[in-house]
This record gives sequence, structure tokens and C-alpha cells, in this order.
Amino acid sequence: MQAYLILANGRVFRGVSVGCPGTTIGEVVFATGMVGFEETLTDPSYYGQIITQTYPLIGNYGMNSEDTESGKIWAKGYIVREACKTPSNFRSEETLDSFLKKNGIIGIEGIDTRSLTRTLRESGVMNGAITTEFDPDAEPEKKAALLPEIAAYAVVNAVKTVTCREAKTYEPTQAGEWGDTPLHVALLDLGCKNNIVRCLQKRGCRVTVLPGTATAAELAKLNPDGLMLSNGPGDPAENVEIIANIREMLNTGIPTFGICLGHQLTALAAGAKTCKLKYGHRGANQPVSHISKSRTFITSQNHGYAVEDETLSKDVGQMSYFNANDGTCEGVDYFKWNCFTVQFHPEANGGPKDTEFLFDEFVSRMLAAKGVIDNA
Amino acid sequence: MPKDPRIKKVLVIGSGPIIIGQAAEFDYSGTQACRALKSEGVETVLVNSNPATIMTDPDIADHVYIEPLTAEVVERIIEKEKPDAILPNLGGQMGLNLSMELARSGFLDRSGVRLLACKPDTIDRAEDRQLFKDTMEKLHQPIIPSKVVEDLDDALDFAEVIGYPVIVRPAFTMGGTGGGICEDREKLHEIATNGLRLSPIHQILVEKCISGWKEIEYEVMRDSKGNVITVCNMENLDPVGIHTGDSIVVAPSQTLSDKEYQMLRTAALDIITELGIEGGCNCQFALKPDSFEYAVIEVNPRVSRSSALASKATGYPIAKVATKIALGYTLDEITNDVTGETCACFEPALDYVVVKYPKWPFDKFVYADKSLGTQMMATGEVMAIGNNFEHAMMKAVSSTELGLDTMTLPDFEKLTTEEVIEHLHVQDSERAFCVYEALKRGVPHDVIYDITKIDWWFLDKLQHLADIEMGLKTGELTTEKYLNAKRFGFLDKTIKRLAGVDTLPEAPKAAFKMVDTCAAEFSAKTPYFYSTYDEDNEAKQFIAERSDPNKKKVLVFGSGPIRIGQGIEFDYCSVHAVWTLKQHGCEAILVNNNPETVSTDFDTGDRLYFDPLNPESVDHIIETEKPDGCLVQFGGQTAIKLAKHMDEIGLPILGTPADAIDEAEDRERFDELLERCGIPRPEGRTVFTLDEALQAAQEVGYPVLMRPSYVLGGQNMIVAYNSSDVIEYMGVITKHVDMSHPVLMDKYILGTECEVDAICDGTDYLVPGIMQQVERTGVHSGDSICVYPPTTFSQKVIDTLVDYTGRFARELKVVGLVNVQYAVQNDRVYVIEVNPRSSRTVPYISKVTGVPMVDLAVRCTLGEKLKDMGYGTGLWRNGQSPYYAVKVPVYSFLKLHGVDTMLGPEMKSTGEVLGIAPTFHEAMMKGLVAAGYQFKVPGPGSCVIISVKDSDKAEAAKLAWKLHDYGYKIYGTPGTAKYLNGEMIPCSVVRQMSGARPNVLDLLESGLVDYIISTSPHGRDPHRDSVKFRRKATELSIPTITAMDTASVLVDALRGDHDISQMELVDIANLHREAANGK
Repeated sequence: MQAYLILANGRVFRGVSVGCPGTTIGEVVFATGMVGFEETLTDPSYYGQIITQTYPLIGNYGMNSEDTESGKIWAKGYIVREACKTPSNFRSEETLDSFLKKNGIIGIEGIDTRSLTRTLRESGVMNGAITTEFDPDAEPEKKAALLPEIAAYAVVNAVKTVTCREAKTYEPTQAGEWGDTPLHVALLDLGCKNNIVRCLQKRGCRVTVLPGTATAAELAKLNPDGLMLSNGPGDPAENVEIIANIREMLNTGIPTFGICLGHQLTALAAGAKTCKLKYGHRGANQPVSHISKSRTFITSQNHGYAVEDETLSKDVGQMSYFNANDGTCEGVDYFKWNCFTVQFHPEANGGPKDTEFLFDEFVSRMLAAKGVIDNA
Repeated sequence: MPKDPRIKKVLVIGSGPIIIGQAAEFDYSGTQACRALKSEGVETVLVNSNPATIMTDPDIADHVYIEPLTAEVVERIIEKEKPDAILPNLGGQMGLNLSMELARSGFLDRSGVRLLACKPDTIDRAEDRQLFKDTMEKLHQPIIPSKVVEDLDDALDFAEVIGYPVIVRPAFTMGGTGGGICEDREKLHEIATNGLRLSPIHQILVEKCISGWKEIEYEVMRDSKGNVITVCNMENLDPVGIHTGDSIVVAPSQTLSDKEYQMLRTAALDIITELGIEGGCNCQFALKPDSFEYAVIEVNPRVSRSSALASKATGYPIAKVATKIALGYTLDEITNDVTGETCACFEPALDYVVVKYPKWPFDKFVYADKSLGTQMMATGEVMAIGNNFEHAMMKAVSSTELGLDTMTLPDFEKLTTEEVIEHLHVQDSERAFCVYEALKRGVPHDVIYDITKIDWWFLDKLQHLADIEMGLKTGELTTEKYLNAKRFGFLDKTIKRLAGVDTLPEAPKAAFKMVDTCAAEFSAKTPYFYSTYDEDNEAKQFIAERSDPNKKKVLVFGSGPIRIGQGIEFDYCSVHAVWTLKQHGCEAILVNNNPETVSTDFDTGDRLYFDPLNPESVDHIIETEKPDGCLVQFGGQTAIKLAKHMDEIGLPILGTPADAIDEAEDRERFDELLERCGIPRPEGRTVFTLDEALQAAQEVGYPVLMRPSYVLGGQNMIVAYNSSDVIEYMGVITKHVDMSHPVLMDKYILGTECEVDAICDGTDYLVPGIMQQVERTGVHSGDSICVYPPTTFSQKVIDTLVDYTGRFARELKVVGLVNVQYAVQNDRVYVIEVNPRSSRTVPYISKVTGVPMVDLAVRCTLGEKLKDMGYGTGLWRNGQSPYYAVKVPVYSFLKLHGVDTMLGPEMKSTGEVLGIAPTFHEAMMKGLVAAGYQFKVPGPGSCVIISVKDSDKAEAAKLAWKLHDYGYKIYGTPGTAKYLNGEMIPCSVVRQMSGARPNVLDLLESGLVDYIISTSPHGRDPHRDSVKFRRKATELSIPTITAMDTASVLVDALRGDHDISQMELVDIANLHREAANGK
């Protein structure tokens, strides 16, 4: 079946349908990771977006039930150059095509993804639509009718859509080094990837995942040892209530670690501003330097917005990490709260695990606050 | 940290002659290192014995020593030049071993020379088997059950414990020399004995064989701050068990999920961190296909062949970055040259697939054992880039120049399906083609997988290609079918052949994509492209934005993969051609497909097209580039083959016209040319069939020289002494050569061969120098020891040589380079062949004379005149030279089983070294030492074995006498011994290998044999006694001389009282300054 990608600027790419037929509209973004497409597809941070994979051969090792980062695909569509029909890996359970179909996702393959990526790079993220329902060249009136709809599309209510509806607790998978009593982490699900939970579980933490809208009072009832603010989709600034909640939670002095959207919302709670990047950072090869320049780490990233570090008040906190390519803020250490946040994904999946030590740092902070160990 | 200010002068050690396992990639890394040093204002001293390299150019380093790579010589260079530091990790295993030797002996400390990038204990922990095991255990990195042993019994005992099959890996040998898989006790006995001997520290590793696991490699880098990155990972199509240098390799990995990818990536980074390497490192892993179980196979703590491949596959300049790290910079301080904006501390993202395909020498060595294992056999490789695997694979197959246009090998088509399946068990250089044949026959993938363990993913992709090929053969060729075949890499010519049609639907135009390290995330400035059938042509946009319309655009064709007969020399020529074009106001556009070379570095040309060198592929590039002309004379036969096509499509060839090539190659036209020039040549004939050949041989008279026309490096060239030789060789030749070109038969002239290269502007010519060959005619010029200037020619001969060369140049309308080979017999000069193109000797003669030959030749092609260039015309400096230069060929016989080591008209050497000194004898000695000949002093019981054919016996007697006089005991095979005794030379008889024990085999294994002189009327066939004898000697690393002239110079050098430690060290950069100033 033919499929077409129509960009907001009117450009059309002709390809072949993969996944479900139909029409879908979303914000078209590109991701540069060469592996980890299952993790990408199931990452809630892609809510509202149509993902383009820059690597041309996708689905080579198939899909499996272990590597999903959430229960479903949150993205609006999927663009690949070639979707592998005969995957090979000992864990492969199904093809990309069947996985997309099962999740009701519309995709397109066989287009010049590099050309598309260059367009997005030059003009910035752009809305677009994938359709199997008409040929835009043959039926220009249908295209004309769709274009305003494409232009009007905006990712809204993102966090509220992707967050869990009720709290759920996960037991540790390994005992902590300090003893058998697990630390209790409350994880505010803003669109959380499963691996954040797994990273905490294997460090001896019991994790209670809370809906993103949970209040400070609800948190207090749990009396957790630490607060984890997860990644998530959309424009951070739209989450006005959640930001207020987070401010209140942080004011209690609870040890807090924020990732991605969690990082952005903390900064907003501290009075700083966020801005939209031209085409974002989405890939597994982003270099992030510590502010001391003592080390630079290769990180996994997926974000379209960034914290403007110059808007962060000096007495509130300071930038801890910055992107070695474009200098944007990649992390903040707070003075007035017991909190540190990063823009990148130390939990990886997919991508490098080089910064997973940040979870150890979080655990140390919780133990210190609890008096189990001296303040590290 | 910024650059260390204490480093002002650095010594770089090259990797020596090209041998299997150590090829052009180290010229590439060394050249990049020198340029990086220069750009940082560091004075560089370079030492390398290989004159064919670009790194030994005076433009690349400030001081250049083409001297033997021995510790003694390097120490003397350090004493003379007083560098602050030594850069050890860019010159391959050779450079690394030498540096470590100097560090361990304490010499570097005593001389106050710092060792950059690594410490001896780092190297030991990566390369010493036991220390490596300990290090991996400390890191909790799994390794394969193995044991380091230093004697045979331990090896046999351990194998009983872990069970067969086992793999033997000798310590500190390069390219896995001396290793192998042993199925049983007997095989282990053989391989372990050999491996122990070959290891310089007499140590081997015996390990559990895990063949069938996936082989995965990671190229990683680290700086002094501890920042670590992965440049690239690669997956071998062939599972563990075949050396990665002999494997088809794909980048990035295809069948690994993020979990496996990150697991191995983390392991690689942990390893480089633990070893404390500052620079590049290559980690090889075996990964079990059905679990997360893996094992570390090998760690190379230096820039390697794989890192050259990774550099070209990603665009990330590993050698340059490694050099800057060695100078003190950290990864975050180094700019990514490709984007110009982002930093080098990142991991390249690919948006294409890369396939590397090895180039083996088996088309040349028809009797060689083609089976592949843990010892590398390939002389070179090609790389191909596509946006699907199939396209990249098809490009790779075309680039290897095997004469194939799909993966169908005609030999396999003749087999029954049962035979094809049976043949799948054979693990040799043709296995991918055998798999393809099986797929075409519909053999189920699980059958193929069970035998080959080639991952299903690859089988599915190859199946796709097979289906397309079969599909083209049946039914109508629809536009859809045609376009589909194009997208997956089928050439128009192939589609026409398969579909049996003369006309095709409208051909799609190729769109070129950029290799930019970042999958288009950032705007890149690299002019590095590959072809696809996409919409967006980035090269076209690049040209529109950045190309200077006022500049003349010239296409330069490279020389493809390194192979015997077409080596690194042609990359030297191509690169120099590009540089000269750029200096003279042109835009130089390079096309090549060899990832090991300087020519495919993205900043060599104004633009680089990494694509096959076939007519259709080049047509697409021309369509996009619209060049004003092209240069074909610098890229060896690969480029020359395109000349005719360029003529047909009307793209002007700068310099010598295409017709001149035909005139020189076509027998009849060549005869006419000689007649016009008034030059004699040996009598000869052109034949197509066996009958014609026998007839011609009769007319010309035996012995005759036979060779196919249109070949390079004497491929399949032989001297036939009788009709049975003619019958045997016509059989071999017709099997391996396209018989639309005839076989040439010439009267074989016994004389002295010499070679003359000249530059011609159409009117005047300049001969930089004449090279005389030590071995008489019959030994291929590429395999001859070669002396500049000649030592025995009369002035009359020299005048004739220069005069004839000039006549050819004018008559062939040469504009650029011409190479002529002559035979001189009793002061009479005969022409053997004329090549109106650059030759193997161009870099050598350029370096020793100081005449920049390629530079002058390119300027001629641009219309300049020699008389305006300041180097004069005629014979340069009247043939006078302050130094003698002796080129000595180097072989890779140890790696090539079943190949006769006897020299003949077919070229066998893989590389060469140079000795430069004020006298002939000193230069000869330097050359021989550089080539690895050991000058032994006879001890008690030391002996020499002589076994020569009848015509060599008289000369052998003279040599035997000298050797006896020098203190050697002489052994001879029965015929030789009888002759020597008849000449009153003491010589003991030793039985041939087929004779009863004890025989010559026992003598060889005694360890008492220092040298062997062996010639025989017949060679090649590995079943012959003489061939077996030479093979055995080679495997035992006993120097075996197979030409009387070589033996003669060696014996004289042995007896000479020259001391290499007293010989002058020649900085050839001075020679060049003098030549340029002497204008």
C-alpha cells in the first residue's frame, strides 16, 4: 500500500505503508540512534510526535516484550527508510510492522529519511501527516484541506495523557549495599520510562510510581526517602499545576532527582525559563560536559525543550552539566533544595549507560538524608 | 588540558613494508598523524623503511629517514635528531614493538625521550596473553577458556582438559601469524610447534574454539581525563573463526539489539579505561547468537586496520584525534573537523550501511590454499557505502575487481545443488559466493545456517539479492522491476545481461549523500559522498554552494584495493596528483573505494566519492560533477581500465591519450610502434589457443615468456621451457583470464633488466633515473632487487636507454609519465614493455632523486612545459647521484599456504623497502637488513643447504666456495652435492623430502640451517618436492634464496666488512631541498 508524508510546508514524500493504514498528524522529529528503536517507540516522551529514524534499516533484530519502555506506543506515527520484514535475534518475537499494527500506529517506509532530516534541521521541527488514504499529488484538494489541520496541530495536555492513573509500587530486585531495608522512592510519572524504575529497583529501592498530578500532600502520606521526577513529553511550561506541586514537594527538603521533563519542571518551579530548541536532541551520542570540564560523557537524549540557564537565579542553583556541542543546559544542582536534575537520560534504554552512576548519587543522597551514611 | 608545551619535536615510526596484516592503513594513519603534528607546530621526524608511502614524503614530515626499522637504527636516529617524544601507536605492530623495545631497554629514559600515548605495561596487558587474562578477570570481563603455554606438552595437556577443537594464538605476532584451529591432537602438535617458534617470546595461547559465535568489534578512544567514546561498532558477516581481516564486515552492527550493543560497548569502554590507553583501541568480542553470553577475544591497544576502516566508515579521523590526544589535548577540546562546530567527544551516528570486503591474492596464486582461518590472508580490502545492505554489498563486489557483476561465481553454477551444499562446509575466500549459489537454488536458510553460522539476517539479505537476480532472468523487464534492481545495486550492464535485453527503461540518476558523522543532525562541511538512488543530491548542492566555477575540475581515479602488483605506490601517485592539481588552481575530485588509504581521507581531494571504479558508477559521478577532464595515469590498472570508457563518453583525458595505452598493449600496434621508433625487441607472437601457442613457441624457440595482455604485476606470467609447460600454463591462464584478450609469447632473453621512468610534456622528456635489476630477466621487476643508479651499464647502454625512452615518449604522445622496461644483453638493449602511465617505481625514484615526478607529470598534463619547471630535460643530473638506493622486495609467503616461494616472471612480493647509502654495498646491506634478512655469523654446526637446477650449478659452486670459506658447512641435494664435490667443494649429501628419513626435513628442523639456496626448473605445483622443501623452509622462517643473483649479493653482503652501525643516516628531506634548490 502506498503511503505519503505531507509536511506542513507542503512537501510530500512518497513511500509505502508500514503498520496501520489511515491518516495521522503529529510533530515530525528525528532520532539518530542506530539501535534501540523499540525503546524509542515505547518512550512516552514521544507523545504527539511522528518519529523519523535516521538509521535506514529499522527492525533488524525484531521486537520483544522485554525491551518496552512503557505499555504502548505514544508516538503519533513512525517514519523509516526500510522496515525489516525478516528480523533476526534470539529474543525477537515479531516484526516492526506487526508491532505497529498491534499498537494501531500509522507508519511509512521507503522515503529519503536523510532528506527529511535535513529539512527538519534547516527549518526546525515541523508538523506533518502520514496518510494512506489519498495521493496528495493526484488529489491536491484533499492535501489542501489537510494542510491547515497539520499547521494547527499542537502537542497539548501531554503529561496528563501519558501519566498513570493510579499509584503502583515496585519492590527492589536487589538488596541495597547498606542492608535489607529498602529505600522508598516516590516516582512522579510525567511520562516515565520503565528503565528509571528498573535502575532504582536494582539499587535496593522500593519504587512507588505516582500519577503526575499527585500533590505534595499525597506525597507526604507516603513518607518516601526520595523523590524521582521522570521524563515526559510536551511543552514543559504548560504543566502549571504540576510545577506548583513540585515546588511544594521540594520545599520539604526531600532528596530529589529529576530527569528530562523532571529537570525542566524543577527549573520552572525554581523560577527559571525553558525554550524550544530548533530541532531538539534525540539520539544516543550527545556529549555532555560537567561544568568543571573534568569529564565529558556520551548520553542518551530525547528532548525538544531546554532550560535557559541564564534565567536560573544564582542563589537557587547552578548549571552542573552542559551540552558540549551547543552549550545548552544539561543539568542543574540546586542550593535551596536537596535536588539535582539532568536533561539527558542516565537510565539509557536505548543508549549508553555511561551516566548511570547518577542513580548511585541519588541513593547516596537519600541515605545521607536518612542518616544511614555520612553526607557524601 | 591543552597541548603539552614540552613537546616540540616528535619521532614517528612507520610500519615498514606492506605485508599481509600490515598494509596501507598505517600509511594513512601515519600520514594523518604527521599532518596533525605539523598543524600543531611540532617538528616531525619520520622513520620508515617503505619508500612507497606518502608518510615518507618530505612534504609530510620535516626529517625523513628511509632506513631499516631496527632498534639500533632508530636509536641512532634519536641520537642524531634528539626528539622530545616518540609516537608509538600509529605505525602498526611494527612501530609499537620497536617503541616498546626502546622503552624497555631503558634507551628512551636515558635519552630523555618521552613515550606518548601508552606505557609498556599497557601494551603488555593487552598483548601478553597471561597479563591480558589477568586484566580481563580483574574487570570481570569474560574470556574464552584458555591457557598460556610455553611448551608443546602443556598445550597438548590443556587441550585434553577443555576438549577439541582448540585455537592456537601465538603471542606478539601480527595478523595472527602462526595460529590456527586444531581439530585434533595431531594438528595441535603441528600448529603449536610452529606457533611457539614464531612467537618472539616463545609463548602461545591455547583456547577453546567458539566458532559460530558472532564476531563484533568496537573502536574506542580515550583521553587523559578519562573521557571515553565509541567511534564505531562493526559486525562480521562471518562468525568467529575467520580472521576479521578476512571477514566481510558490516558497520554498524545489524543483528544486535540495544541491550547487546550497550553491553559490549560498556565492556569496550571499561577495557580501554582499565588499560589506561590515551588514544585509540580496538576491542573484538565473540557474542553467542542465542544468549547474552559473550567473550573478549582480542584488544589492540593502537590504531589498527579496523580503525582505518572505522574512520572511513564514519568520517571520524581516528589517527588525527589520537595524535592530538598524545599531544595532551582532550576529546572535548578537539573540534569535529567534519561539522567544524561540534566537538570530537561524541559518537558518530551513521545513516547508511557500510560493507567491507577483503581482497585476497588467490586470483594470482592459483595453487594457494584458499581456506580462511585465524591467520589473515587478504592483501587489501574495499569498502562500500549504501543506504541499504544489498546496494553496499553489490558495490563491494564490483570494487574487488574479481570480474563479477553479481555474487554469482560461474564455478559454482556448474555444481549440483548437493555439491553446493557440500561446498558450504569449505571455509574459504569464496564462501559468500557459495552461500549465494545455495540461496539461488532455494536451499533452506536453516540448512545454510547450520553449516555456516552466518546470521539469518545476512542470509535474508543475500536471498533478496539472489531473488532479484533470478527475477531479472525471468519474465518481462518492467520499469518497476528495473528500478527495484537499481535500488539494490544492479548495474545497467548486468540487468541487460540477465534480462537479455538491449534497451532499458529510463535510468534513474544517482543522488549522492554525504558522510557527515552525525546522520544530518548538524550541517557538515565534508566533501565526502556515496551514491544512492534517492531524490536529494547533496553533492550537487555542495558543488553549487562551495565549488569555484572559475576552477578547472579534474576527476582523479584511484587504484582500488591493495593487491600484489598494484600496491600503495598507486595511492601515492593518486594523492600527489590531487595535491598538484589543487596547487595549480584546479579542483581535484577523487574516486576510490579503498578504506586503508590516504586518497580516501576526506580532506585529500576537493571532493571524495567513495564508490566503485566501474564505468556506470563513474558516469553518475560525472553527471553530477560535470568535470572538465580526468586523470587516468596515476591509479594503476584500475584507473587505466576506465580510459577507453572516458574516451567513448567524451570526457577529456588530461595527458597521454587513451589510444597510447592501446598502442602499448596491443601486440601488433606495438610492433608497428617499435618499427617507427627503430627499436629492437625480443621476437614474439600473439596467441589465443593452445595450438597457436605450441606453434608459436616452436617458431620463436624455447624458452618463451608467456603472459596474458592487459594485466598488471605479471599476473599469471611464466617462462615456458618446453611444450608441457605451455600446455600446463595455457590451461591455467584460460581458466583465470578473460580470453577476449590474447596471450603474448616472447622469446625469453637472458640478460640484465632495467626500468626507466620518464616524464614527458609532448616535446621534451626528463628521465629522473635508471634502475638496474639485480636478478636477471625472468624474475618479475616487482620482485627484483633494484639499484639506482645502475652499477654495471656502460655509458653507451645508458645513452641508449635514455634515447629509446625519449623516442617512445614522443611517438606515443606521452604527456605525463611513461615507464619502460628493458633487457640488456651484451650491450644490446631490448624493449620488454612500455607503460604510458605511472609505475610502481615512481615513489621510489622520486624520493631518491629528489625529482617530484608526479608533480611534474601533472603539470605537463595541465599544459606546462618541462623546460620551465627547473628540473631540465634528458637524464637528470647526467645520472649522477650522491647516494645509491637499493630497493628490496618483501614477501608474505608465511601467510600464503601452498604458494611456491621461487621467484619467476609472476610477481609475488607484497611490499618493498629501500636502503640508501653513499656506496652500493652499504645501500645493499641496508636494504637487505630492512627487508628482514638476518646477517648471521656461522656458529658450530651452522650450515647452508644448496639445491639448484642444472643451469645454476656453475654459479652455485662459486657461492658455495665463498660460503664454505666464510665458515659454513654446505649440504646439497644429491645432484647439487655431486656437482659441488666435482668442483672440489666440501658438501654433504642430504636426501630430498620424499626420501627416507632422516632427510632434508630433519636437517631443516635441526635449527642449524642459516640459509637455503634453492632453484628448480619447475615450480608452482605444491606437490612437487622442491616446492614442498621451500614451503617448509618458509614456515620455519629460514631465509630461502630462489634466484642466483639474489644469492650472490647476499653472500657478498655477508662476507663484506660493512658495519650497519657505522653507516650514514640519510635524511631524504635534505635531498629534496637540494634538488629543488639546484634548479
